[in-house]
Amino acid sequence: MKGKLILEDGSTFWGTLMNNGAVAAEVVFNTGMTGYQEILTDPSYCGQIIALTYPLIGNYGINSDVNQSRQCFASGFIADSLCSCGSNWQKEGEIEEFFAKQNLTCLYDVDTRALVRHLRSFGTMRGIIVPDDYDEKTCQALFAAPRALNTVSLVTTPKLYTLGSEGVHVVVMDFGVKRHMLESLQKAGCCVTVVPAFTAAEEVLALKPDGIFLSNGPGDPKDVPEICQNVKKLIGKKPIFGICLGHQLIALASGANTYKMKFGHRGSNQPVQDLRTGKIYISSQNHGYAVEEKSLEGLPLEITHRSVNDSTVEGLRHKSLPLFSVQYHPEASPGPDDNTYLFAEFVQMMKRGE
Amino acid sequence: MPKNKALKKILVIGSGPIVIGQAAEFDYAGSQACRALREEGIEVVLVNNNPATIMTDTDIANRVYSEPLTVSFLENVIKKERPDGILATLGGQAGLNLAVELSKAGIPQKYGATLLGTSLEAIEKAEDRELFKKTMEKLGEPIPESRIVEDVEAAVRFANEIGYPIIVRPAYTLGGTGGGIAENEEELIEIAVRGLKYSMIGQVIVERSVAGWKEIEYEVIRDGADNCITVCNMENFDPVGVHTGDSIVVAPSQTLNDAQYQMLRSASLRIIRELGIEGGCNAQYALDPKTNRYYVIEVNPRVSRSSALASKATGYPIAKVSAKIAIGYTLDEIVNDVTKKTKACFEPSLDYCVVKFPRWPFDKFVFADRTLGTQMKATGEVMAIDRSFEAALLKAVRSLEIGAMHILGQRPSGWDDERLLRNLSRIDDERLFAIAEVLRRNLMTVEGVHAITKIDCWFIRCIKNIIDMENELRKAGAELSAALLEKAKKLGFADAAIAVFTGLAEEEVRHLRLKNNIVPSYKMVDTCAAEFEAATPYFYSTYRSCEDEVCPSERKKVIVLGSGPIRIGQGVEFDYCSVHSVWALRAMGLEAIIINNNPETVSTDFDISDRLYFEPLTAEDVLNIIEKEKPLGVIVQFGGQTAINLAGALQKAGVKILGTSVDSIDCAEDRKRFDALLEKEHILRPRGTAVTDSQAAAAAANNVGYPCVIRPSYVLGGRAMEIIYNEAELLDYMERAVKVSAQHPVLIDHYMQGREVEVDAICDGEKVLIPGIMEHIERAGIHSGDSIAVYPPQTLSSRVIYTIIDNTKRLAKGLSVKGLLNIQYVIVDERVNVIEVNPRSSRTVPFLSKVTGVPMVDLATRVALGQTLGENGYGEGLVDPKPYVALKAPVFSFAKMQDVDISLGPEMKSTGEVMGIDKSYSHALYKAIIGAGMNIPEQGTILFTVADKDKEEMCQLAKGFAEIGFRLAATEGTAKALEKFGLEVEIVGKVHENSADILNLIKAGAVNMVINTMSPGKKSAKDGFKIRRSTVEHGIACLTALDTAWEVLRVLSFMHEKNRANVAALQDYTGGMIDE
Repeated sequence: MKGKLILEDGSTFWGTLMNNGAVAAEVVFNTGMTGYQEILTDPSYCGQIIALTYPLIGNYGINSDVNQSRQCFASGFIADSLCSCGSNWQKEGEIEEFFAKQNLTCLYDVDTRALVRHLRSFGTMRGIIVPDDYDEKTCQALFAAPRALNTVSLVTTPKLYTLGSEGVHVVVMDFGVKRHMLESLQKAGCCVTVVPAFTAAEEVLALKPDGIFLSNGPGDPKDVPEICQNVKKLIGKKPIFGICLGHQLIALASGANTYKMKFGHRGSNQPVQDLRTGKIYISSQNHGYAVEEKSLEGLPLEITHRSVNDSTVEGLRHKSLPLFSVQYHPEASPGPDDNTYLFAEFVQMMKRGE
Repeated sequence: MPKNKALKKILVIGSGPIVIGQAAEFDYAGSQACRALREEGIEVVLVNNNPATIMTDTDIANRVYSEPLTVSFLENVIKKERPDGILATLGGQAGLNLAVELSKAGIPQKYGATLLGTSLEAIEKAEDRELFKKTMEKLGEPIPESRIVEDVEAAVRFANEIGYPIIVRPAYTLGGTGGGIAENEEELIEIAVRGLKYSMIGQVIVERSVAGWKEIEYEVIRDGADNCITVCNMENFDPVGVHTGDSIVVAPSQTLNDAQYQMLRSASLRIIRELGIEGGCNAQYALDPKTNRYYVIEVNPRVSRSSALASKATGYPIAKVSAKIAIGYTLDEIVNDVTKKTKACFEPSLDYCVVKFPRWPFDKFVFADRTLGTQMKATGEVMAIDRSFEAALLKAVRSLEIGAMHILGQRPSGWDDERLLRNLSRIDDERLFAIAEVLRRNLMTVEGVHAITKIDCWFIRCIKNIIDMENELRKAGAELSAALLEKAKKLGFADAAIAVFTGLAEEEVRHLRLKNNIVPSYKMVDTCAAEFEAATPYFYSTYRSCEDEVCPSERKKVIVLGSGPIRIGQGVEFDYCSVHSVWALRAMGLEAIIINNNPETVSTDFDISDRLYFEPLTAEDVLNIIEKEKPLGVIVQFGGQTAINLAGALQKAGVKILGTSVDSIDCAEDRKRFDALLEKEHILRPRGTAVTDSQAAAAAANNVGYPCVIRPSYVLGGRAMEIIYNEAELLDYMERAVKVSAQHPVLIDHYMQGREVEVDAICDGEKVLIPGIMEHIERAGIHSGDSIAVYPPQTLSSRVIYTIIDNTKRLAKGLSVKGLLNIQYVIVDERVNVIEVNPRSSRTVPFLSKVTGVPMVDLATRVALGQTLGENGYGEGLVDPKPYVALKAPVFSFAKMQDVDISLGPEMKSTGEVMGIDKSYSHALYKAIIGAGMNIPEQGTILFTVADKDKEEMCQLAKGFAEIGFRLAATEGTAKALEKFGLEVEIVGKVHENSADILNLIKAGAVNMVINTMSPGKKSAKDGFKIRRSTVEHGIACLTALDTAWEVLRVLSFMHEKNRANVAALQDYTGGMIDE
């Protein structure tokens, strides 16, 4: 069935609509050429419509092993061509079946390059995916619906669980954690207790962790001030490592500021420089907000990593406490695994008992 | 300034002549590197003896040495120039091998020059099989079980241990020369013997064959600070077993999930780090399609053909970045030229699909073995870009210029079902067409085709999508709806293909398409999937689009048509011409737009033209661009026959052809019109006539007299041209050749055996400038592209030269040429006869431009735009010959093409050429022969086996060789003649006559050179063919023309007298600076 994406500035992109949804959400794009399933199941996309720049999607089908969370939290999906018959020995099903199962609205046969060019010029904006015959009024109503502010609570684990029993003990505050992040911690030698996002600092500390890990997650870090308060209480108590939203919350909790980027960084090809060594690593990124560099002035945080493309802050470290964070995704999935060394550093930090 | 400020002068080693496995990609890489170094203020000294390239232009490097790529010549250049650094990783395998030899000889150290980029140690770790194996084992990177062997017995022992199939790869070779896959012991012995011969170090690797696995490649770059990125990954359509140069390749990979993609990416980074490569590198893997097991197959510690492809596929300039890394820059210091904002330290993201398709020479080498394996056979390749695989594949197919506008119309369409199914399991150049035909006839399912070919189902299903669309179109027929038409265009169907399936005329399809405004959009190749704004004017078309990114400028613009894939007869020289035409247009203040589809070339570098359209060179694809850009006109005279062939269709569509008119082109090619012109101008030509059937041919041949030269009209590189000695041969030829091209007549000319002369001239309609005349060493009858040519002529009388000048002027004016023309003459008894006139640029234009210093393409472009020669400061007539001599010698790739007869004739067989230049003829000849890599021995035994007609001349020749110490050997008949002449000669047995027959002697290394000429009639061809092929397999020189042999004798005498040649840069010659 014919469908369309209407952006809030009125631009319209037509395509073929699958799972006749009518959804409204922020439209973002990711430039990764592989990893559509990892992207689709990354909880950080909760409340967003994902457009992929690579035009051939579904080529290797779907494989439940790579799911990054219990379900797809994205509001919608936009692609150019969808492959209905993927080919890979690990394939369990087709991407269309995945969309049906997740009841995800998908608009394909879209000129995604034109869409991306629009978004990169005018910035990320809201949009709706609707059947082509939707009238103006219905569309307006969709646009008028309020933006979801509670995305973290939608994606976090409803209850505490543990993974493994050997090694240093890490409490993971799940703001929408990707499964591979947990696996990376385990692989680095941690046993993991995952707690819901809004668990109080005291409860976290009562678990007697060797370190605390603040995960990625969806939305604006300023939407979750109560978590920020908890993080503030945790700083200095235990070694802390934060990724993505976790990184932003550390910054906010330390008194720095975050801002919404024009169109963010989403892809598997983002170069990041480790300022301590000068070395550059290619990273997987997915963030629409960033830490404002100027706001770090006078704070005990120093910048450890920067984006090579636009110099934005990609990593922070506390000047005296065992605390560090990165904006990008060292756990990859999708993307390059150049940065797994950060998990090892975290384990070292915990082992030193800093 | 370079990061390493000690580097003020750098010697760049080029890749030399074009051979299969080492083609134009190194002109592209080398030119880019030289320009990158010069923009840093570094003085660049280049050694490369390939005159057909942009790289060897005097404005690309400060000093260009067209000297043989040997250690001793390089030492002389180094001694003279004293460079601070040597850059060899951009000169292909030839450059790399030279760097290794130089270093081993201690030459860089001796003269205080550093080997830049990748170190000798790193090169050896990647290239030496044993070291490579150790390195991979240390890293834990799996490589197939293998063993290095230095004799056949060891190879067999290994195979017995691990079982067949076994793959054999020689160490240190180009394009896998001499390798192969053995299914059994007999095959193994045969391949191992050959491989050992070809290896520079007498080693071959025998290893477990992973044929049938997915073949995946990564292009990786590392800088001196250990930053590593992958530029691109590529997946071969053909599974492991076919050389990647002979595979259809797609970028990025299509059937790998993220984990698989990242697994191999990470392996690539580990490997480049461990090897310590600084610059570009290529890693190839075999990936098990049923598990995630993989093997590292090969690592190239240098910029390669795949790097050129990856550069064009992504927009990321690998060669340029590699050059900057070599002088000390790190990736984050190098600006991404495409975005101008971001740095070179990132990984390109593609938002389109790229298909590379090899171009094989089987149209020329019709008797060659078409089977594809580990030994590369393609001479060139095309690349196509679109938003789907299907569309990119179809674009690639029509870019090939093999007469296919679709995956249809090739030989497999004509096969019966049985033959088709039988052929499916055979890996050859026609396999794609066979697969399409099998699916078209519904003989097999996608899975069935996969089971036989091991090609991933994903690719086969895409072909099936194309077949399904064919069926829809057939069903619609003349009732073709706009909606279906649009669907077909989105899938990449050409109008011509839609016409075939619907039964409509191509014109009707086009009309329906335009009426419904179904036109392509153009999108940009920007390295970043649109994430950042980019400035690159590099575009491809697609019908899967709602937005066109190209805004034509208001400027006056001209489109230059490129020359498509490199093939025999149309090589890199036409790319040279296209690029120079673009530069001339830009210098005139015009906007220059180029259309081409060859990823190996300089012309498709994004900063050469104002705009680059990476598109097939068909009338439909070109017209789409013309309609969009609305240029003043199109220049067709520089893109070889590819561009010329489009002139008619473009003009018919109302496009202005700049320069020589379509009518003039037709006049030169139409037999009757051309004869009328010659008659009018009183110019001689061999008697000849055009015929369309066998009967007329026989009559015509009797009329012009045997022997005669016979060929179809409208050809390039002498396809299907033969010298015919009697009627039986003639009728046999008519049977084979007329079937090849029914719509064009066959030309029959009297064969005149005389001195062949070639002229390139520029005409502005009034005046004719002749930069130089070239004389061929070999008598007429050997294709001009395969002859050694010398400038200026050495033996022509003033009267002949005067006549040539006069004829050239009259022909140019008579044909109303506006631009370049090339004329071939044959001189018999002081009389000048015209053989052929081509009103376009020719193969010799780069050579002649370089040796005379006349900017021929620049002038021709200006003339085509309406300027006169006078306005540009040039007069009329022959430019005064220079006080030095330059020779152009052909280079062949026979080692790559089994079953191809190496004897020279009217059909072109060479793949490249070299130039030798010096003050005297002997010196220049020496450089040309050595530079061409002709393996001429300084002593030993020369075997003669010549036709009766040549025996008298041969005796004189043999005497010369004997006088400088060679032993003579000959077959009985030839020996008798030699003995009668008073020469001492050893008699050897004919083929299979006894155990000491010719073949065994060659095999045993008892013969060091063979001089073999063929009898007319080719009846005794079989033995001769075996002898000639065995010289190729065993790497000894075989001369098939006595004229060449005389020149070799001359060179040997020259060497015998201990003469030595000095080195000098082209700038010294053309600038009149050569010291006496």
